[in-house]
Amino acid sequence: MIYREAGDFKTSYRDDSQTFPIRLDRWGYYITLAVAFGIIPFVINDYWANAVLVPFLIYAIAALGLNILTGYAGQVSLGTGGFMAVGAYSVYKLMTAFPEVNIVIHILLAGGITAMVGVMFGLPSLRIKGFYLAVATLAAQFFLVWLFNKVPWFYNYSASGQINAPTRTVLGHAVTGPAATAPAKYLICLVFVFVLAWVARNLTRGTLGRKWMAIRDMDIAAEIIGVNPLGAKLSAFAVSSFFIGIAGALLFAVYLGAAEVGEAFGINKSFLVLFMIIIGGLGSIFGSFAGAAFLVLLPVLLKNLLVGGLGWPTDLAAHIELMIVGALIVLFLIVEPHGLARLWSLAKEKLRLWPFPH
Amino acid sequence: MDQLIFAAEVVLNGLMAGVMYALVALGFVLIFKASGVFNYAQGVMALFAALTLVGIQNGQVPFAHLINAAFGTSLHHFGWTVPSVLAILLTAGVMVLLAFLIEKLVLQHLVGQEPIILFMATIGLAYFLEGLGDVMWGADIKTLDVGLPQGISDTVEQVTANWFGYGFFIDRLDIWATVIAALLVAALVAFSQYTKQGRAMRAVADDHQAALSVGISLRFIWVMVWSIAGFVALVAGIMWGTKSGVQFSLSLIALKALPVLMLGGFTSIPGAIVGGLIIGVGEKLFEFAIGPMVGGATENWFAYVLALVFLVFRPQGLFGERIIERV
Repeated sequence: MIYREAGDFKTSYRDDSQTFPIRLDRWGYYITLAVAFGIIPFVINDYWANAVLVPFLIYAIAALGLNILTGYAGQVSLGTGGFMAVGAYSVYKLMTAFPEVNIVIHILLAGGITAMVGVMFGLPSLRIKGFYLAVATLAAQFFLVWLFNKVPWFYNYSASGQINAPTRTVLGHAVTGPAATAPAKYLICLVFVFVLAWVARNLTRGTLGRKWMAIRDMDIAAEIIGVNPLGAKLSAFAVSSFFIGIAGALLFAVYLGAAEVGEAFGINKSFLVLFMIIIGGLGSIFGSFAGAAFLVLLPVLLKNLLVGGLGWPTDLAAHIELMIVGALIVLFLIVEPHGLARLWSLAKEKLRLWPFPH
Repeated sequence: MDQLIFAAEVVLNGLMAGVMYALVALGFVLIFKASGVFNYAQGVMALFAALTLVGIQNGQVPFAHLINAAFGTSLHHFGWTVPSVLAILLTAGVMVLLAFLIEKLVLQHLVGQEPIILFMATIGLAYFLEGLGDVMWGADIKTLDVGLPQGISDTVEQVTANWFGYGFFIDRLDIWATVIAALLVAALVAFSQYTKQGRAMRAVADDHQAALSVGISLRFIWVMVWSIAGFVALVAGIMWGTKSGVQFSLSLIALKALPVLMLGGFTSIPGAIVGGLIIGVGEKLFEFAIGPMVGGATENWFAYVLALVFLVFRPQGLFGERIIERV
């Protein structure tokens, strides 16, 4: 009854093209923001920050990035883990080399460096496509992980081969290192998510996003109507890698604190983020969030249920989790290839007609 | 001169490793040709087959871990052991059943989807099978022994010592793997050339609709192809499992086979073999010549980078069919 366009008059083009055309959606968005920024930071504790909220926010950024490349521009990438490693090691080198510069600038620079690396590995996409390209991006994954493992300069010649995030502050509060509190970690990630999601949303509905989608739908046809495939594909790789690099930097500096490249940024990370966007919805900003939330929450829930509730051993729970994730992927591809985002928009369609469907 | 002989030994070992890669790549090519599905789960199928084989051989109770956790029992073994040949046959039966289930539950519902959707579905399948294998048989590292000879071949060492004054070190298992792989390839080629089902399979690979219209059952062919791929996975699983134990890393051989495929072309059986040999020799030689300068372990990525560079110049691979696109 209240979920209607009716009565919500648009009197300018600006109003007409807004992201949330329905009033209730807009309120929902503002309320979500108010809760996320105004309430959660005061009630958050270490368990919620470390197990749910901080990984959710960080993976949401990575999923947004991969969704730009795979969902919007149609270039499947299995190199996400490698690109996240670039972000992590860039921010580590910057943090240790220029301790006096603000960490936010370091994280943004790390994103920029990752974007450059991403463009380099995106070059073959001009010649090869489909799963040839997917396999080619595996080259990035394996090469980058090997590089960070074997070249001591990247981990500052530390004996363990690990990288450890030193303490850095934003506005006087520690956000990295052992002194960082849960609200500080949460807020820094939230600010990045908010800004990047806004950027992603507005990029994808502008000229650039339309070019990406044209390339995705049929690259030859797109070329004929005047989309430059070189520019469109490489810009998709650049923007996507920028997002993924920032996610990697945050994952290492804020969330993990210490990382070993093969373990933290292995091939499984690439698949995890890919699964997030499949389950969430390819080519959807909301889907990136939904998928990240789903795959961050699922292991926590399963662990609580199987280990906490039934008292099963943790390794068995981990194997069953693998089975469930795999089955869900197949199920989603069969039932709803457009993921949770599509289910959400179907529900909204129904809601607009409710309670009079005809 | 010494360097040259070392290099020759490296090449020989590379060729043997290449045969193993080709064996995995073959499974991919078969499925890709017949159903257009790029089966990422091939490596996990090899792992699953090897786990099942070991489990049956040792008389393990399937799902013992799960049953114990759920009902508080302490089952683990039936208390018998099964002879290798029978166990291999039983495992082949399990792989056929698996192929049937995959066709029934997954592929049937995804007919006509884009190849990339099918590819992602097989990634999901790979995760599922990995979890299933662990839940069924436990995740501990197992040793697999079906009676294949192992260890350094004395004959080769003596013969080469007589020829060059330096004995080559070659694993007997590698020699056997090469022979078995060659036999398998010959059998597959004969099967697809001279039997009715083999011809039907090639017809499906050529054109689905035309094959349907002359009365070939697509479903039967798909189950058959996945069964054959399962059998190839079983052979690969036996070889790799005997060599380095049955454990999770076995499934990563699929990742090694991917560059082989890109190099050889996704649609060509000879391509898979030649690609496997090139990658096997290439990565061993690169590790031998350049590896020590850059810290070693280049085998992890060399194959990919080689394939990547190669693809930029020849996108369809060495023997692949030319890619023609129409709007």
